[in-house]
Amino acid sequence: MKLHNIAINNLRRRKAKVCFLVIGLLVGVAAVVALLTTTQSMTEDMAHKMDEFGANILITPRTEGLALNYGGLDLGGLSFDQKEISQEDLSKIKTIENAANIRLVSAKVFGVFETQGHKALAVGVDFTSELALKKWWKINGSAPKSDSEILMGHDASERLKAGLGSKLDIKDYEFTVSGILEPTGSQDDSLVFMSLPGSQEIFNKKGKISMVEIAALCKNCPISEIVRQLSEKIPTGKVTAVQQVVEGRMDTLHSFKRLSLGISGLVLFVGAMVVFVTMMGSVNERTREIGIFSAIGFRSSHIMKIILLEAFLVSLSAGVLGYLVGIGVTYGILNALSEHAPHLTLDYTMAVGSVFLAILIGLLASFYPARAAAAMDPSEALRTL
Amino acid sequence: MNYIEAINVRKEFGEGDAKVAAVSSIDLSIRQGEFISIMGESGSGKSTLLSMLGGLLSPTQGFIKIEDIDIYSLKRNKLADFRREFMGFIFQSFQLVPYLNVIENVQLPLAVTHHTEKEKKRLALSALERIGLKDKALRLPNQISGGEQERVAIARAVVNEPPILFADEPTGNLDSRNSEEVMKLLMKLNSEGQTIVMVTHSRTNAEFAHRITEVADGKLKHSEAPIRLAV
Repeated sequence: MKLHNIAINNLRRRKAKVCFLVIGLLVGVAAVVALLTTTQSMTEDMAHKMDEFGANILITPRTEGLALNYGGLDLGGLSFDQKEISQEDLSKIKTIENAANIRLVSAKVFGVFETQGHKALAVGVDFTSELALKKWWKINGSAPKSDSEILMGHDASERLKAGLGSKLDIKDYEFTVSGILEPTGSQDDSLVFMSLPGSQEIFNKKGKISMVEIAALCKNCPISEIVRQLSEKIPTGKVTAVQQVVEGRMDTLHSFKRLSLGISGLVLFVGAMVVFVTMMGSVNERTREIGIFSAIGFRSSHIMKIILLEAFLVSLSAGVLGYLVGIGVTYGILNALSEHAPHLTLDYTMAVGSVFLAILIGLLASFYPARAAAAMDPSEALRTL
Repeated sequence: MNYIEAINVRKEFGEGDAKVAAVSSIDLSIRQGEFISIMGESGSGKSTLLSMLGGLLSPTQGFIKIEDIDIYSLKRNKLADFRREFMGFIFQSFQLVPYLNVIENVQLPLAVTHHTEKEKKRLALSALERIGLKDKALRLPNQISGGEQERVAIARAVVNEPPILFADEPTGNLDSRNSEEVMKLLMKLNSEGQTIVMVTHSRTNAEFAHRITEVADGKLKHSEAPIRLAV
């Protein structure tokens, strides 16, 4: 018979009360784990989505005197006399050190054409990349599926009087309007989108690219580093980070993290209070036996050891179970919130941290009750019968 | 030589106008190996006196000396060690720990000693054998009768062989047959050399002792030798 036998026997033979205590702490730990893990997963998901939502890096030709405005940047007069980026250079993008962060690459070729007495700007794009990059696009009709189909911006469609299914001559080539963009409020409204090879063909720009838009996943990587690496690989291009986009995204993510940390702190505080009240109640219920321990010669430290050892074992169980329940709850939440299969990251640090946190809270919340029990006068304790 | 001495002890409870003296100006001397009964009505102060003699309740005034040591001059931990080494307690209503089985309850005072586990078990089984409950060692307190619970409480009090045994109404919850068995057990322990201080309100039980001391209104009325010494 040692002190730990008393603690273990108490826990084993008072299962209902131990369960209540474990559940009290477990709920707190599970709530924090669920909140932090959900936030973490959602933050990552949000970061991915935000990084995919439009470009955050532009590569434009290193040419002086260009004046065309696109995406808030001066792209130059993408007409006829500017130098283009070689299409071969695109393959170098995927060879940079941070290639894993490159999510989407959308190359573009610009060309001016005249039809029905109106001038217009055509953009050759790879529609798969472009549609992935511009998820806000809503198309009446469908995206072009062949080189002979084009997608009209809303204003361009009205100006050129080219409705859905109508034919349009561009540089002596006939195209069918397969889709019309709903108004976007951007320069896309006045553009005519066609396939990249088709535009290279009709504007005599084979093997050349006017501009590249890149969506880089930059939640945890410095965008400036990616810009530097790209500049080294493509010396003919001018690589620019769209700073307001990058900083806006990081601000949103930081705000989201701060909110989740604040809520976690609050939940943790409530959890600690639950443990404290439960432990205090448990100690008060055991006044009689604490009086017996004291009367038969247990020192204050012996009584504290028994109570804190019990708290440790309860907290350990609550920490482990709380983590598992928290992960389960997170999975459920993500399953309910996400249209796709939830992306749940099992974090070793979170597992160890939640168990450590449970033990810390359990011991801290039990320390005062244990001290109060140890300081109890034995005759007073026995008098409470 | 006196083994246990209460010198002018007084115990007050409460504050200000509500202050009440449960025990006032009591002097009492107990010899080694003596079996003394402290008698009195409910609220007379006999249990308070026992608590003070047993190192559980410090007096407001006066001294308690055991083996000439002023026990309340000892620090809290030293006093706990002293209680463990010198005293065994039999409380009212058995006071067994409900989640520990019989042998674990008996071993309780040994949990903080330096005996080996084997030695602790041997001592506990020996104590249970003395009270005739060795065969119920693994039962929980609620699985044995009231008389048996009282005997387990006695085994727990004597397991580390303390020289002094304090008993507070040890037969208070027992029928007459079990009461007599318990008293005989106490007499046996006393005959083996243990000093016993017992609080009781039963004249019949008190007469098992060498000496009966009566307390009324917190004061010692008189001491007397019992009319008959039980065998």
